[in-house]
Amino acid sequence: MSSIISVANLSKTYGSGFKALKNVNLDIKRGEIFALLGPNGAGKTTLISIICGIANPSEGRVLVGGEDIQTSYRKARSLIGLVPQELHTDAFESVWATVSFSRGLFGKPKNPAHIEKVLKDLSLWDKKDSKIITLSGGMKRRVMIAKALSHEPQILFLDEPTAGVDVELRKGMWEVVRTLQQSGVTIILTTHYIEEAEEMADRIGVINKGEIVLVEDKATLMQKLGKKRLTLHLQNRIAALPESLAHYELDLCDSGATLVYDYDTKGERTGITSLLSDLRTAGIRFNDLDTSQSSLEDIFVDLVRAS
Amino acid sequence: MNYRAVRAIYLFEMARTWRTLFQSIVSPVVSTSLYFVVFGAAIGSRISDVEGVSYGTFIVPGLIMLSVLTQSISNASFGIYFPKFVGTIYEILSAPISYFEIVLGYVGAAATKSIILGLIILATAGLFVPLHIHHPIWMLTFLVLTAVTFSLFGFIIGIWADGFEKLQMIPMLVVTPLTFLGGSFYSVDMLPPAWRTITLFNPVVYLISGFRWSFYEIADVSVAVSFGMTLAFLALCLAVIWWIFRTGYRLKN
Repeated sequence: MSSIISVANLSKTYGSGFKALKNVNLDIKRGEIFALLGPNGAGKTTLISIICGIANPSEGRVLVGGEDIQTSYRKARSLIGLVPQELHTDAFESVWATVSFSRGLFGKPKNPAHIEKVLKDLSLWDKKDSKIITLSGGMKRRVMIAKALSHEPQILFLDEPTAGVDVELRKGMWEVVRTLQQSGVTIILTTHYIEEAEEMADRIGVINKGEIVLVEDKATLMQKLGKKRLTLHLQNRIAALPESLAHYELDLCDSGATLVYDYDTKGERTGITSLLSDLRTAGIRFNDLDTSQSSLEDIFVDLVRAS
Repeated sequence: MNYRAVRAIYLFEMARTWRTLFQSIVSPVVSTSLYFVVFGAAIGSRISDVEGVSYGTFIVPGLIMLSVLTQSISNASFGIYFPKFVGTIYEILSAPISYFEIVLGYVGAAATKSIILGLIILATAGLFVPLHIHHPIWMLTFLVLTAVTFSLFGFIIGIWADGFEKLQMIPMLVVTPLTFLGGSFYSVDMLPPAWRTITLFNPVVYLISGFRWSFYEIADVSVAVSFGMTLAFLALCLAVIWWIFRTGYRLKN
């Protein structure tokens, strides 16, 4: 797949001297869903703002669809739809008027059929004549998505799209995003909900303190960094671990009823075989055992702590 | 040139006018009518003619200018300040639209409103006092140039302002006094010589003088000077706006 966005050596220093981005390099592939994860203040929104033309870069270069965002801004920007994090909407305009306004702003001829489709896809059709001020937060968020989709962009930026949106609506929004991807739109989303990235993304980038810490296929990332946890449910409670098991870094939980062992699937030795054999030698029996994969959240927390 | 974007901004801004019809059009017309009642009829009848024109008639061009100046500034400054305030400016900045097109949309709409307003006030004045316009083309030229120039000025204030107080400050503390002292209600010749000289530093004097000349062929300064000063102020505003967009001042952090 070719790159639809190419960020090279991008830095941003604010007037206050704060370095929001430090030499960022990033390529977004055409047609993928890319999730950008990072704690608050990591530089996610700054990066998106620069690509979309809202903030000026201090150094570096960004190409969107092969067009430079500064020298060829018209072509670059017309490919992009942006849904910012905050709910920035007009108050007294109708939904239909504000979405049509966005299409005009991007230089596209009127196309009521397209706007009707967008509003229907986002379950906003019956609200098309309502003033925005009368809508709920979740609806306003969808109005902003409708505005971003009004001009048929090839790339959609969703900055924290499901912040403050209830579970049902969030699922609905994921559906919309998937449908968009199927129609060929490249989607870049930032999120605090790691489950969202885990659920949606093809690739994941982690940004921290203005630096891209990692970019990886989601599956590879989870496999590569994923740790597994073995939980043993003991037949009889034990008060303390015997000396012979001290070197395993086991955790004794539930007042001595379960033993927890973390291991790395990518390690040369997981240590499981010898652990089980040593348990048997020590006379510790168990009723049941289960293993679980660490979630993206655990991986993310580890990464951010390490950087 | 992204004509559709200019049109979208222009129509968006004009829609705001119709939505706030009372504030945009009705209230300036009412307040101007009050001036005519008080200065034209009540007090004006006791004031002698100014250079052969009755006082009520004399103040018409000044009153129109007073409204056009303040309304141009307030329309244009609010038009660009509000999207900054509520955050919808993100969409304008991320759209494939040049700075020139943004200004054309916002300033064009603000100037259109003031011109409409000026013409409505002119028609209203016709109900109170006899009017005769000697140079209608020049009258319109001055009206349009002033509306455009002060809408540009308002646009600058709207970009500069980071709070509602600042938005009101320049119109209240600078423009209104300059307009009142700029010969809206008197001829500069009525002033003592020292004040006459000081008055010539007030740019509004040139606007009102030229505008009044187009009505009655009486002027405080020559029409050529009035016209030149109006164009100079227009050029100054354009230069400031060019600088704002080049640097991203208060728009792009």
